[in-house]
Amino acid sequence: MQHHCDRCNNPAVVHETLVHDGKKSEVHLCAEHAAEGGYILPTQGGPTLIVGKLLEKAAAAASAPQRAVKCCPSCGMTMAALRESGLVGCALCYRQFEEELSGLIQRTQEGATAHVGRHPAHAAELIDRAAVRNRLSRDLREAVSREDYERAARLRDELLALGEPTSDSAAEEASSESSSGGGRHA
Amino acid sequence: MSDARDANSSAAGSPANNTGQAELPPLLGLDGGDAPFADCVLSSRVRLARNLVGFNFVNRSSPEQLADVVHRVQSARLGGGGSGFDGGVRWVNVQTTAPVDRLMLFERNLISRPFVEATHPRCVAISSDETTSVMVNEEDHLRLQMLAPGLQLRALSARMFALDSSIERSLEYAFHPRYGYLTACTTNVGTGIRVSAMLHLPALHMVQELERVQRAAKELHLAIRGFHGEGTESLGDFFQISNQTTLGRSEHDIVEQFAGSILPQFVEYERAARRAIMERDLAALDDRVFRALGVLRSCRLLALDEAIKFLARVRLGVALGRITDVPLSLVNRLLLEVQPAHLARASNGELGNGRDDRAARARLVREAVRG
Ligand SMILES: [Zn+2]
Ligand SMILES: [Zn+2]
Repeated sequence: MQHHCDRCNNPAVVHETLVHDGKKSEVHLCAEHAAEGGYILPTQGGPTLIVGKLLEKAAAAASAPQRAVKCCPSCGMTMAALRESGLVGCALCYRQFEEELSGLIQRTQEGATAHVGRHPAHAAELIDRAAVRNRLSRDLREAVSREDYERAARLRDELLALGEPTSDSAAEEASSESSSGGGRHA
Repeated sequence: MSDARDANSSAAGSPANNTGQAELPPLLGLDGGDAPFADCVLSSRVRLARNLVGFNFVNRSSPEQLADVVHRVQSARLGGGGSGFDGGVRWVNVQTTAPVDRLMLFERNLISRPFVEATHPRCVAISSDETTSVMVNEEDHLRLQMLAPGLQLRALSARMFALDSSIERSLEYAFHPRYGYLTACTTNVGTGIRVSAMLHLPALHMVQELERVQRAAKELHLAIRGFHGEGTESLGDFFQISNQTTLGRSEHDIVEQFAGSILPQFVEYERAARRAIMERDLAALDDRVFRALGVLRSCRLLALDEAIKFLARVRLGVALGRITDVPLSLVNRLLLEVQPAHLARASNGELGNGRDDRAARARLVREAVRG
């Protein structure tokens, strides 16, 4: 299903279902308009970072609409469909449904929560960068929840400065995210 | 195998380049007769689940995207570094190949049952010695698999990691810093490794200890299945045991624990039961194994489950040195050749719908084990 941006006619890369006053509506935005709306997009074909949405929500303050059905922007998977099939739809799902999956993974893996062992040759450096990114994201979320928008904006800039992984250099998020961007498949 | 071989073969991969890797340990007893632990272990297997960056997983891909994955993998380099494909690669287009050949690949443990039955674009790369296969578009984009007779998991996994590294040089794997190699099913996430062995436990059955085996497997977080992976009811007392979790322990630890500690214990348990039976009631044991050999030597109609049952008994007799004129490797080979697709191919037939193949099976076995 190919959506176009709500504000112009370019292909949309951000898809979200919103509920406002009990009414469902869908938001589709191209990269440019998504950035304008406060979504943080990786430089190339990556997904929206959840922190971008958090910022946007915080900015929209009290009237912020609630998300209804979370849906993977790459493969269209929903958590309900994932539970039913028992299968994850794509690498990005692991990020998109991180919270829901972490419980499932712990249950199916006898309590294990993190990988130990082999990794792609080019992944080592990115594993470190990912750790920094995770910490910044966590701090950012905290800042947003404390409504400390000044600090949140600074953390967001740091995150951006860290550089988003691109599909040819990254292992970490390139691997788990480069397939996103609204059906952009080779 | 020859027809499947011709049907979709492509040029062999380029010769192995010098990767500077240490020499890998050789695999022993390719016909299975003198492989380590051959008395109790039919075969062992290592497989890795991998997915490619830039594609949705198989369950969320269109046929066009899946065809694209096939194309991408087929143009990658699989060989090199002692990885199993050094002797060349044969590609079989499983979507278009004849049903009998598909089933034959399954019977040889080169592809899985769901892979036989699927309808979407998919293929398998098979090494010339048939120890190595790569299924493309099974549950994950790639399922790398290596198989050897007896218990040889350490040698197999060393080869497997060489193959994995060699493939990784031309294909980018989906990898997550926390969850490792990403897979369609969360039961495979992390290392994506599954190590397994097909054990032959007839003595434990005879002394009624199988239930304890099942319980032990469960306590050790192992999966235990029957002859072809289905159910727990096992034909011929063959049991496939494998690790159930893939996250939180390194591949090395998983292999070492399984091959170095767990499996030898199961084997020792079976061997103790065999010794006990030999001491307690040799005549009953001899009666059981020689009677089975008698059936195989004189039958005129032989159903598949009977064939497996009697071959399994003969296998026990051979392993214990009671039957001396039938080699273990022959029994291992017959366990394959009595299966429907192999039988159909050997008797130049197609897979009949309910066609009676019992006479052909009886003839095959009778001639093979002739006294
Ligand atoms: Zn737009
Ligand atoms: Zn997805």
